[in-house]
Amino acid sequence: MAERYSSFQKGGRMWLLQRVTAVFLLVVLAFHFFLLHFVHHADEVSFLASRGRMESLSYYSLMITFLVTATFHGVNGVYNALINQGLTGTKRTVIKWTLVAASVVLIVQGIRTANAWAGIGLY
Amino acid sequence: MSQSYNRGLIEDFGRWREFEAGMWAWIFHKFTGWVLIGYLFTHIAVLSTGIPAAGATEAAVSAGNDVYTQTIVSLEGLLLVRVLEVGLLAVAVFHMLNGTRLLLTDLGIGLGAQDKSFYASLILTGAITVASVPTFIAGAF
Repeated sequence: MAERYSSFQKGGRMWLLQRVTAVFLLVVLAFHFFLLHFVHHADEVSFLASRGRMESLSYYSLMITFLVTATFHGVNGVYNALINQGLTGTKRTVIKWTLVAASVVLIVQGIRTANAWAGIGLY
Repeated sequence: MSQSYNRGLIEDFGRWREFEAGMWAWIFHKFTGWVLIGYLFTHIAVLSTGIPAAGATEAAVSAGNDVYTQTIVSLEGLLLVRVLEVGLLAVAVFHMLNGTRLLLTDLGIGLGAQDKSFYASLILTGAITVASVPTFIAGAF
């Protein structure tokens, strides 16, 4: 039987997550750009204004979710691109775990920053 | 029954002369994706100046003399940064529009017009970027 090309493989959880995060990011990235470039302007940014926004639980939780989904979507996208490029075997395993480690560092640093703004002691 | 054929290595850029609209869309999507994830790491690094700034006195924060505000103000004062921000917007808008096109394609919507929707993504990206230039450059001079 002829093999049918598809990017969907073994349960396709990562494939689905990439698309679910894409839908979320479409909305939140548009909101992020609109709020921080058109409602507030880039040259008006200050710690005081960022703190004011981050002290709101809804904004804080939206930004943390934004950080986690953007990191997953971006890093998983890079991993998929490298696999398309022909990445296999030990190199694939090493790069996978390097990307996982980079993601953890990015998310932890992002949460520390958000906590510093929100006045949460843990940072 | 569907046909099986050898597609070659997907990212074999040496075949670029053979690429059609869908392949260019795919390459632009990868390129803009690489730029966006690279920017995300840079963005968090710059925003991290908020951590030492949280220890500044209330008077310094109110006056905008904390390290975070000073870092952002000095970066935004550079014309190069403003131009790069316009580039970032273009990259993000294309990735979002083409991403929407991909999500619809995954659902089987608009398959027959996938080349036209790619061209529409490009034109719309150009229009949104050009229209945003005054906002992004405001205060840089």
